[in-house]
Amino acid sequence: MQLVLSEDQELLAKTAADFAAEHAPVSRVRALRDARDPIGYSRDLWRQMAELGWVGIPFAEQHGGADMGLAELVCVLEALGRGLAPEPFLGCVLLAGRAIQRAGSEAQQAAWLPRIASGDVVAALAYQEAGSRYDPTRIEATAAPRGSGWRLSGQKIQVLDAVGADLLVVAARCGGGIGLFLVASDATGVQVVPQTRIDHRNAALVKLDDVDVSQDAALGSPDAGGALLEEVVDYASVGLTGEMLGSMARAFELTLEHLKSREQFDAPIGSFQALKHRAANVYIEIELCRSAVMAAARAVDAGDAEAAELVSLAKARCSDAALLTANEAVQMFGGVGMTDEYDIGFYLKRARVAQQTFGDAGWHRERWARLRGY
Amino acid sequence: MADIAEFRADTRAWLEQNCPPGLVGRGSNPLEGVWGGRKWTFSDPDRKRWLERMAERGWTAPSWPREYGGGGLSPAEAKVLAQEMRSLRIPPALIGFGLTMIGPTLLQFGDEEQKREHLPRIGRGEIRWCQGYSEPGAGSDLASLQTRALREGDEFVVTGQKIWTSYADQCDWIFALVRTKADGKKQEGITFLLIDMDSPGVSVSPILLISGSSPFCETHFDGVRVPVRNVLGTIDGGWTVAKALLGHERSMIADAFGSAGGASSRRGLPDVARDHLGEDQGRIADPRVRDRVVQAEMDARAFMLTVQRTRDAAKAGHQPGPESSIFKVYGTELNMRRHELLVEILGPQGLGWEGEGFDDFERELTRDWLRSRGNSIEGGTSEIQRNIIAKHVLGLPD
Repeated sequence: MQLVLSEDQELLAKTAADFAAEHAPVSRVRALRDARDPIGYSRDLWRQMAELGWVGIPFAEQHGGADMGLAELVCVLEALGRGLAPEPFLGCVLLAGRAIQRAGSEAQQAAWLPRIASGDVVAALAYQEAGSRYDPTRIEATAAPRGSGWRLSGQKIQVLDAVGADLLVVAARCGGGIGLFLVASDATGVQVVPQTRIDHRNAALVKLDDVDVSQDAALGSPDAGGALLEEVVDYASVGLTGEMLGSMARAFELTLEHLKSREQFDAPIGSFQALKHRAANVYIEIELCRSAVMAAARAVDAGDAEAAELVSLAKARCSDAALLTANEAVQMFGGVGMTDEYDIGFYLKRARVAQQTFGDAGWHRERWARLRGY
Repeated sequence: MADIAEFRADTRAWLEQNCPPGLVGRGSNPLEGVWGGRKWTFSDPDRKRWLERMAERGWTAPSWPREYGGGGLSPAEAKVLAQEMRSLRIPPALIGFGLTMIGPTLLQFGDEEQKREHLPRIGRGEIRWCQGYSEPGAGSDLASLQTRALREGDEFVVTGQKIWTSYADQCDWIFALVRTKADGKKQEGITFLLIDMDSPGVSVSPILLISGSSPFCETHFDGVRVPVRNVLGTIDGGWTVAKALLGHERSMIADAFGSAGGASSRRGLPDVARDHLGEDQGRIADPRVRDRVVQAEMDARAFMLTVQRTRDAAKAGHQPGPESSIFKVYGTELNMRRHELLVEILGPQGLGWEGEGFDDFERELTRDWLRSRGNSIEGGTSEIQRNIIAKHVLGLPD
């Protein structure tokens, strides 16, 4: 494992950084929020990202993808994270798309992945429930055999990027295990109710009230989805840490700019040692996160035996560091850091949501210990 | 690449043939081993033989040029040598500040005569070096040092006191910062001098630390005469040389603590915790300690990945990035946290000083903990390191 960007990855990161700086500054997130945009992201921008080839990064070439991996996705997500871009990478590509790619039949992959990669179809993975907390396999929704197909019932919470999605991948108890089922979002009995969280990203309650699906809706074997869910959530977790890396780096830059320009006691406040040392601590944590994220992405891409541990390392560190960075930013901005007018609050809110998505720091520390046998 | 593969095979064959069998599998600890010098006595004849063979090949200082007693290896070859030694768990033949601190600085700043005089003797382990930087009145504010060097013809006459000179009582030469100009900016009147400790007027007394050991000394200079040709760099220009050497020192410290020496390196934190606190369904029984163990283990992993990232970037031809500035502060503080935790895990058995009722591991660990308190002080305090990061990496104003 080489913890360094290849030339191609450097070029991708640079292209994404330029694109994000031009099209996806944090002011856009504010505008989407203030306009109460129903889906909370830009479909136009999503299509542009698809045209650039980013949406299909992990999919096979015959399915309209680039046949690359998390190392490349992280390059893009980090760049987009700088401006807190809300486009549906997590829900559509890293969760639902990845589940279809890993468990779908050739026909299912051919039917959906090219349309996801082109930006024509947005998909979401409905797995989390009120009782799940961070265990993706703790679910109560059911898939009961009905005719040659199944009847789905239950309720999913905070389904990422589900509002306006065309396709849902639903996890439900089936026989002795968990199955994943492809469900059109306009199917009879499906209700997608937008949820508003502190970061105003796209998330929804998905209510399934006797939703009938046919035999070919099952993604893989209908009782073998549990392990797959964990694998897919791990995959998405690494993508999320890439995003977090970008957003904490940007929040820290904004803080440094403030420390250099804000004057009190006739001096820039960044000249005071109390603040210098706080800033140095934040810097150290961000650098450690970068190493952990790079390692996790490469380990998952390579199918490394240590991959799950490194995912937990990256998610635990980024969770702690993103909150530390944002909390320290608000403190060092002082009073204006508490105002809605300043952007730093957006970073704090997103850091909190990201920390408590796919397992928080404590949950991943517990998992690390379990994986290492103590 | 074929050349490297061939080099690897040759290297492995040579190591297997030449390393005394008693040393194979012994592994390495960056803070233990053969330090060399006139006063060194070998506890083990294998170690002596191993040093002679490695030095003859130039592999005690593998990447130094051959004409100065080094191995002349490229960075890639030096890495292969290190990898092969690690994989055979062969200890380094020689360690010390000659190889890690003054040697690289001599290569950078020394004139031809100085390099030919000093480097081969370092590589053969004949001369052991110590560092004369801090003074009682010049700690973090190093540039305020007062040890004076007055010019008399071709000599300097040095008078003053150095403190925290590591292992000075066992060393042969000292590299010291001395004041050659009293007025003007304090950084601009400092000279970097190489001093033979056999010179009349040099005296050394060890300092007893809270851990019970005396790795540091006070070194006094009372009218010590030093030839002017022993100036490294320029007269009054020693601060530049001093800072370059500090860079070597801090990366050495980071390396040492990243790989954690001492008792704690022999048994992993989770194992010690399991032994002392018991297990509950395969887990360390005390959930609070378990979480702290995980934190320390994860911190260590993230730190080592960052060290690796810096090395991988260097190999790929990138300039060293600012991330390396965090190694000293984070590596040392991590080592301290680990030791705090280990002593706590031992409970009453973590309180032993000497004698019966405590085993070797417990006593050593407790003393290592006491010793570790100095990690964030020596070689530039954590506070000074954070100042450096704030100024040079983050660009915050003075």
